[in-house]
Amino acid sequence: MQAWHFSESAYPYLPPAETYPSIRVSLPSKHFDPVKGAALWDRYLEEWRIAEEEGLEIMLNEHHQTATCADPAAPMVLAALARITTKARLLILGNPIANRRQPVRVAEEMALCDVLSHGRLEAGFVRGVPYEISPANSNPVRMGDRFWEALDLIVKTWTSHDGPFSHEGRFFHHRNINIWPRAYQNPHPPVWVSTTSPGGAAEVGAKGFTQATFLTGFENTRKIYESYRAAWRKAGRGQDVPNHRLAYAALVYVGETEQEAHDGAEKLLWYVTANKVAPQFANPPGYAPVAAQVAMQRGAEHPLKQFSKNPSVEAAIRSGFMFAGTPDQVYEQIKRHYEYVGGYGHLLNMGQAGFLEHDDTVKGIRMFAREVYPRLKEAFPKTNLSGVFGDVPPAPPEAFVLRSSQKMNTQGPLISALGGAQA
Amino acid sequence: MKRSAVTIANCELEIHEGGAGAPLLFLHPASGFQASDPYVGLLSAHRRLIAPSHPGFGASQLPDWIDHVDDIAHIYLELMDRMGLDKVDLIGCSIGGWIAAEMLTKVPERFGKVMLVGPIGVKTGPTDRLDIPDIYVMPPADVQKLLFHDPAAMAVDPATLSDEALAIAARNRETLALLVWEPYMHNPKLRRRLHRVASPTLFVRGASDGLISAAYLESYAGLIPGATTAMIPQAGHAPQLEQPQAFAQMALDFLG
Repeated sequence: MQAWHFSESAYPYLPPAETYPSIRVSLPSKHFDPVKGAALWDRYLEEWRIAEEEGLEIMLNEHHQTATCADPAAPMVLAALARITTKARLLILGNPIANRRQPVRVAEEMALCDVLSHGRLEAGFVRGVPYEISPANSNPVRMGDRFWEALDLIVKTWTSHDGPFSHEGRFFHHRNINIWPRAYQNPHPPVWVSTTSPGGAAEVGAKGFTQATFLTGFENTRKIYESYRAAWRKAGRGQDVPNHRLAYAALVYVGETEQEAHDGAEKLLWYVTANKVAPQFANPPGYAPVAAQVAMQRGAEHPLKQFSKNPSVEAAIRSGFMFAGTPDQVYEQIKRHYEYVGGYGHLLNMGQAGFLEHDDTVKGIRMFAREVYPRLKEAFPKTNLSGVFGDVPPAPPEAFVLRSSQKMNTQGPLISALGGAQA
Repeated sequence: MKRSAVTIANCELEIHEGGAGAPLLFLHPASGFQASDPYVGLLSAHRRLIAPSHPGFGASQLPDWIDHVDDIAHIYLELMDRMGLDKVDLIGCSIGGWIAAEMLTKVPERFGKVMLVGPIGVKTGPTDRLDIPDIYVMPPADVQKLLFHDPAAMAVDPATLSDEALAIAARNRETLALLVWEPYMHNPKLRRRLHRVASPTLFVRGASDGLISAAYLESYAGLIPGATTAMIPQAGHAPQLEQPQAFAQMALDFLG
């Protein structure tokens, strides 16, 4: 098992949520204080450096026009990380290539970051959550088709070394493609794709890329992984699916005591509870399939939206999208999840959010890295195959769940789905 | 109205047809074509009404090569050939008006009289202001206020609709987004082509239309030689739905 420290590098110093309709897309940037923002960036980069020092790998992402993620240009932060770290793998998850107009430019950025980091890049690609559509002025229809054409072109761009080639596709046109520098790794940096649906996972599995899913709990993660494994086998990649082709992102906080863990974990829930998104940004036409649109009209809700109506650390742990507690508790929670979904090789730790301050973030990183991570590496080595289930019910035993002493004090109205899609 | 299917350029189109008399091609708005709407009978009582569902709307297919209103204009010109329609009168509502305008610029001689109702399709205003409000950044309830003179009267409870009707409505919204996303609700070239239109053309808007302003309608009409404008009171972006009698009367008076 490889573990990755992930922060969305949020800017949390906002007015009360009831004073704005959406934290995404339309929140005026007058609320961003550049001095406070710069200090936050100093902090977040330092936390990644500490994560490396503790033996963790590094993950970052990008979002646009949102206080939940003050990184709208992840390749630039990736370049900085390439120079302030020396050994951690650097996962960008990812490049929103259905919203980028020039896939070849993305291939260039990634190749350069691979060179700057001496081959430590893990290049992730995402379709992007629905509220990325408006900031990118990107057509919400046929995003999947654009995504795959762009990714195929990027891989070809990385792996062509004999002079220019041309691409005249359905969505992208580019003549004389011949990027310099080429990527450091050969044939190219490992490719990751995130998806939170079984259909999406099947496409990733057929291509054999590493698949990441976010906050999908027990049942959905299991379905997504099953779909990946089935498509992997169907594509002739063999019966054995290595566990390191699959990744799971969860909110993770480890404390010395249950109380300390609970305090940190509660702050991590900011991502779910603060994600107030106006409906027009959360569900642009064409983003979700017609059948899903009909289901929504009939009242279907994203599980995280349901969760956000009555959020608690305890419920998050029971739902399988948060691992929090003492080292023993967290280890047992992850083990339970791993066995229930059939195994994965990467844990993407959302270990910082909102108002989780620097000292508490570092404490959580260190507690995980020192007290839990060694046990995970030993129990779930990279040689494990995925698709092996433990005979366990999904919910962790009582002893391994943090009990909430009181209801959370959440800020204002709650989320309108954390996406229903990729992070 | 009868329903039939015609396949053009790999796209199976749903065609509604009814009535008798000189042919009148009706190009529906983003909400699609419903044969049961009262204005349909009022028109088909006097004319042979031909109303295709645009690709991706109603029961018409959406092949993956189609992503522009101009694609639909070409398909409909071929549809006219297939149906032996040498010359037709034309009504286009909203996006149907845009498709109509594209058709008119290509073979002006094949159209008699033309009525464009709350048409989108051109941009005449400044760079830093949208000619048509951005329906994709406002709460859904606000869009209804711009669409209708009386939003409460026009509201439809999804619980009363079948899954099939909900699916068609969702697909209509999806196809609309595909076609109008960027450039937003217009073809930058169209305004430089409209001088070719040879038909007597009437531009119509509902007096309460929150999407198509009076100024937009006037500037659009100004691009077609001799075009005139008219207004239907107590109606928004869909006067054919909110004021079917007044709409049909205006259409039949104009078309003759």
